[in-house]
Amino acid sequence: MKRAVISASGVSHSFDTGPTPVTVLRDIDVEVYAGELLMLVGPSGSGKTTLLHILGRLLSPSSGVVTLYGKNTQALGEEELAALRLKYFGFIFQAYNLFPVLTATENVMVMLDLLGVSRQIARNRARELLKSVGLGHRLDAFPSQLSSGQRQRVAIARALAGDPKILMADEPTAALDAESGLRAIELLQILAHQQERAVVIVTHDPRILHFGDRVIHLEDGQIAERLAAPRDLSPQHAMGAL
Amino acid sequence: MSLGKEIGRATRQFAGYSGVAWRGPSLTLLIAWRNLVHDRIRFGVTLVGIAFSTILVGIQLGMLLNFLQTTSTVVDRAGANIWVAAHGVPSVDLATPIDGRRRFQSVAVEGVAAAEPYLLHFGFWKRADGIRQIVILIGVEPGAEMGLPLTLPAGQSFREALSSPDGIIIDRLYAEKLGVTGLNQLVEINDRRARVVGFTDGIRTFTQSPYVFTSLRNARWLLGRSDDVITYVLIRVVAGQDPAAVIERLSARMPDVDVMTSREFASSSQKYWLLTTGAGISIICSSLLALFVGVVIVAQTLYASTMDRLPEYAVIRAMGGPRWYLYKIVIEQAVIGGVIGSAVGIAAVLVLVYLGRNMSSPPLVPAWLALGIGAVTVVMCVGASLVSISKITSIDPVKVFR
Repeated sequence: MKRAVISASGVSHSFDTGPTPVTVLRDIDVEVYAGELLMLVGPSGSGKTTLLHILGRLLSPSSGVVTLYGKNTQALGEEELAALRLKYFGFIFQAYNLFPVLTATENVMVMLDLLGVSRQIARNRARELLKSVGLGHRLDAFPSQLSSGQRQRVAIARALAGDPKILMADEPTAALDAESGLRAIELLQILAHQQERAVVIVTHDPRILHFGDRVIHLEDGQIAERLAAPRDLSPQHAMGAL
Repeated sequence: MSLGKEIGRATRQFAGYSGVAWRGPSLTLLIAWRNLVHDRIRFGVTLVGIAFSTILVGIQLGMLLNFLQTTSTVVDRAGANIWVAAHGVPSVDLATPIDGRRRFQSVAVEGVAAAEPYLLHFGFWKRADGIRQIVILIGVEPGAEMGLPLTLPAGQSFREALSSPDGIIIDRLYAEKLGVTGLNQLVEINDRRARVVGFTDGIRTFTQSPYVFTSLRNARWLLGRSDDVITYVLIRVVAGQDPAAVIERLSARMPDVDVMTSREFASSSQKYWLLTTGAGISIICSSLLALFVGVVIVAQTLYASTMDRLPEYAVIRAMGGPRWYLYKIVIEQAVIGGVIGSAVGIAAVLVLVYLGRNMSSPPLVPAWLALGIGAVTVVMCVGASLVSISKITSIDPVKVFR
């Protein structure tokens, strides 16, 4: 039996944005496994990004339990959660969020610096990682000198720098053209299947749904559908899920 | 090699790294530097602001130091261990006459090696063009060991100069102000004739009333005082004697006068002018104001820079970076700005001090003060970064996903 890397049980979440709290997630049960690519889909406001934040331990749910490798993480403070993220997670953001003042290599080095790696070793590792994602010729380029696809690859290399067991990606293809988007998702699939990492992706992009091993469809903060074999999804069904 | 294997090799080489090796300079310093120079105009404005603040503080503190030194310069340079003065004299320049016999009473006290009379009083100097200047006339005995200015140019002897019955010595800095063009020029003090027989170098006055040295006899004559009037007795204690014990014996012998060490008298003179006249307070306030201006400039710039970088800082938090990592970046930005800005400012201050070295009240900026101002400026910059740090403290890593 497969053991869950992350397990969310009975998770609900509300935001206190006005006089009455707005509930964005209701009683969610999700498990994420090593070696799989899990897609979270749903219309805007369905709660998929909030669920990604909670699974990535960026946000603590209002109620429910989130475990990491079977250990409850609810009682951890902000700095402990940060340490947990540093050790286990790699994040890929929709807008890449690279440091504009740092080169591609230096952006990847930031992750290694946080982990306490010496500068020279970090530089070598960062260069190897960038070469491995096909950016060997753009090592010293600043983000403003890179295309969207190249920036996304730098972001992926940065996320991989700490050799995380779990990768969380928010709309990784949203800002990419069709070809670059497919390349990025193929890369994430390889990371899941060949390297036994758990990869969770939030997406609106119907073109990439069939790369997922499982798809969770959220609506109004609840799980509307779980698709176990999305490779068989027809484009019409994929569009419908979104 | 396939892409997956390539990435696997790149990441596995890193896996298990303990991070115990020597880290070298942190990447935070690079981020801090690049953050600053990324917007060169803003960085330039920041440096100008910090440098300007440093210049203001440097000049003000230099003026204050000059003020402190000149208020007690005649005490500091007199070479006496102990001063005997009329009761309640607040500053050396505000002398009150005492009986000349105090000298003989003093010399009879155990532990006193020498006791010399010293007369100090304001007088009116009349220039050849009829303009009057207030001067501070100081009379000492021609053979005195104490109370003489120390910087008489080579080739002149105080004893010879002051032996001249109408001889006076002034400082070169004030020659023009007093209308003196050379030696042996005849001048008038309190409508009595005197002759310039020597020049000192660097005996400044903060009151703008130049010091005029002459013999005790001549000073009494110029001031119209009787032969038994003095204002201070300068005392040198026997080598190895504790000045405090000698002061105790002198006070017991002469309970109606003040007896104090040179340091105490210099200090009380400084405090009097610094705290009771408002001059010193205004200089201190100007210095604090300059510091405040610097803090505001630096705080504003750092805050703007931090706000620009909030998304990247939120990314670091999301990636699992501790808060101190972000604090370090901001503080390093502040330190870099402070070090460069203060270096520019101090260099400008030193140039200004050099250019103003012949003024009557030039700012004094010795190395310790220059380094101190630099340190204060850097601390000020770090203090100014606290506003930015408070912003970072409340940063929400979730924001990077929005």
